[in-house]
Amino acid sequence: MRLFDESKPIFQQVAETICNDIISGVTPEGDQVPSTNEIAVFYRINPATAGKGLNLLVDRGILYKKRGIGMFVAEGARKQLLMEREDAFTHTQIKTFVSEAKSLGLDLETVRRLIEKEYNS
Amino acid sequence: MTTHTADLVIEVKNVTRTFGATTALDSVSFQVERNTICGLLGSNGAGKTTIMAIITGQDRANSGEVRVDGHDPFESAHVADSTSFVRDNQRYPDDYKLHHVLRAAAMFHPNWSDQLADKLVATFRLPAKTQVKKFSRGQLSALAIVLGLASRAPITVFDEPYLGLDIAARDRFYEILLQEHLNHPRTFLISTHLIEEMENIFSHVVVLDQGKAVVNSEVEDLDGLVYEVAGKAVLVEEFVRSRTVLKTRTVGTLASAIVSGPLAEHDRASAQAVGLTLSSVALHDFVSAIGNSYNLTEDAS
Repeated sequence: MRLFDESKPIFQQVAETICNDIISGVTPEGDQVPSTNEIAVFYRINPATAGKGLNLLVDRGILYKKRGIGMFVAEGARKQLLMEREDAFTHTQIKTFVSEAKSLGLDLETVRRLIEKEYNS
Repeated sequence: MTTHTADLVIEVKNVTRTFGATTALDSVSFQVERNTICGLLGSNGAGKTTIMAIITGQDRANSGEVRVDGHDPFESAHVADSTSFVRDNQRYPDDYKLHHVLRAAAMFHPNWSDQLADKLVATFRLPAKTQVKKFSRGQLSALAIVLGLASRAPITVFDEPYLGLDIAARDRFYEILLQEHLNHPRTFLISTHLIEEMENIFSHVVVLDQGKAVVNSEVEDLDGLVYEVAGKAVLVEEFVRSRTVLKTRTVGTLASAIVSGPLAEHDRASAQAVGLTLSSVALHDFVSAIGNSYNLTEDAS
């Protein structure tokens, strides 16, 4: 079994895995995340790739470094990630969804009914 | 890209090696940075084993320059002490059992770790009482891995170390390799055909094709070096004209081509406008395309 797919660079997938754990609450704010070395050995990837994934999140303020100890989830990280996801949902995903509905010739009423049905199921 | 002075542990410059009428290496140049894991890729007969033998001082180039830790590796005591290279077809004396081989290896490698050797022997379940010459292909590979890793040599060279090993054993090897690399930083040069399985552990790859180094790059810089275009054959043909095509495949009216070279934004837009699909190419497809492009020109000539 391979742990990553080829659709995106591995370091991005490392970062996403950590973000998913923060959003789901598996790794709460203030908790330590796995080290570069742990990620490299666990996922069998080059340590430079693992480090790049972690540093991406440090640059975005999701994680912060404690020198000599490791990396931790920053306060407000979960809220920031949720806002980013909501932003992606309201801007990108809705657009794709609506344009696909239009290309299929579905009118607004039909789309609304489909959303309601799915939302309430 | 960041510019920094690289600490090069292996430097190969214009190295040529011929065996009679056969040119195994044809002016090959590449470098390996200290304490990285470098993949050596290429089809059979591309020259991988030959360059490994030259780097470790077991063979000598006809021309060109090789520096390992600043030394010419041939007959260099320093390079002999600091490298470990277990050949794929390594022979052992007839009466040798496991402990004989381990004892001999320990004598030649100043950093040898008995503790690690014991751990690896247990991990790969190598038999103590069987003569080594009666080992299976997988057991011989496992033994080469034990010798390579337990030597803790500053430069460790593996030539297709996975032959005959099942997937579970290979995964254990990758895991221990990374652990060793992290806990005792050193340089690894590893040849492989299992690109898909191993590419993520490399930071750098060298691709040899017919005795020439055609790629010498950080893995992360490979993205965007090649791409694949697919769609109606006539449109694909039109698009790839005046571009470097590594490989094409045509089925009826459909075609795909692996193209090398940068892809400008307006190229991308114009391709998509006519309904062509552009996608990135995985390293293993890239390497197989390189091997393949040669065969096509060969057939045509």
